[in-house]
Amino acid sequence: MVKVEFLGPIGKAPIEIEALTLADVAAKLKEDTSLTAWLDKCAVALNDTMVNELSVALKDGDKISILPPVCGG
Amino acid sequence: MELYQGSLDVKAIFGRWLDEEATSNYGAYIPFVGTIRAEDGIEALSFDIYEPVLQKWFEEWQEKAAAVGAVVKMAHSIGDVPVHTSSYVSAVFSPKRRVALELIDLFVEDFKANAPIWKYDVKQGKRIYAADRSTPMSGAGLLS
Repeated sequence: MVKVEFLGPIGKAPIEIEALTLADVAAKLKEDTSLTAWLDKCAVALNDTMVNELSVALKDGDKISILPPVCGG
Repeated sequence: MELYQGSLDVKAIFGRWLDEEATSNYGAYIPFVGTIRAEDGIEALSFDIYEPVLQKWFEEWQEKAAAVGAVVKMAHSIGDVPVHTSSYVSAVFSPKRRVALELIDLFVEDFKANAPIWKYDVKQGKRIYAADRSTPMSGAGLLS
């Protein structure tokens, strides 16, 4: 199982899912209509490091963070 | 990197940073202050921060600064920050001004684009995500 957390304004509680790669995570999250408006704007971190490849392999206990558009300052 | 609940004590932070580098032999100290403007009927802005990723982002900037002989510092607020007070300060110290002037520009712009911080308008006590002023981070859309 991997944990997926939704940061900032997404306002959704963390979930745990079975996934071998980030592509599996993408497929699962696309089934959730509450995320439809967010996914194309969100960046992704794996264990607090930003990632850019769907093929990244996941292991049990990994933490995936979904980061919506930012505006610091 | 320093995070505080509520408004920043700008004078205290800048004074302390000045003291920290008093004998470091930097010829230039360029501070930046972000202040909350009163506009669109807001009472305050409010901020969420994801500290683990922000810390890594800042460490990368410390390395970039060190590569050109400079130091970067920053402080940011968490939670509500009333209008006319400050939510963000940063600074660059460097041996000569040119490096510091260029670095503060790059650092503040990348901060706006890639620091994991979410901004909300506070109106009549309600937090409203500032979606139209927010920017997707590098790599956004990976899961879409």
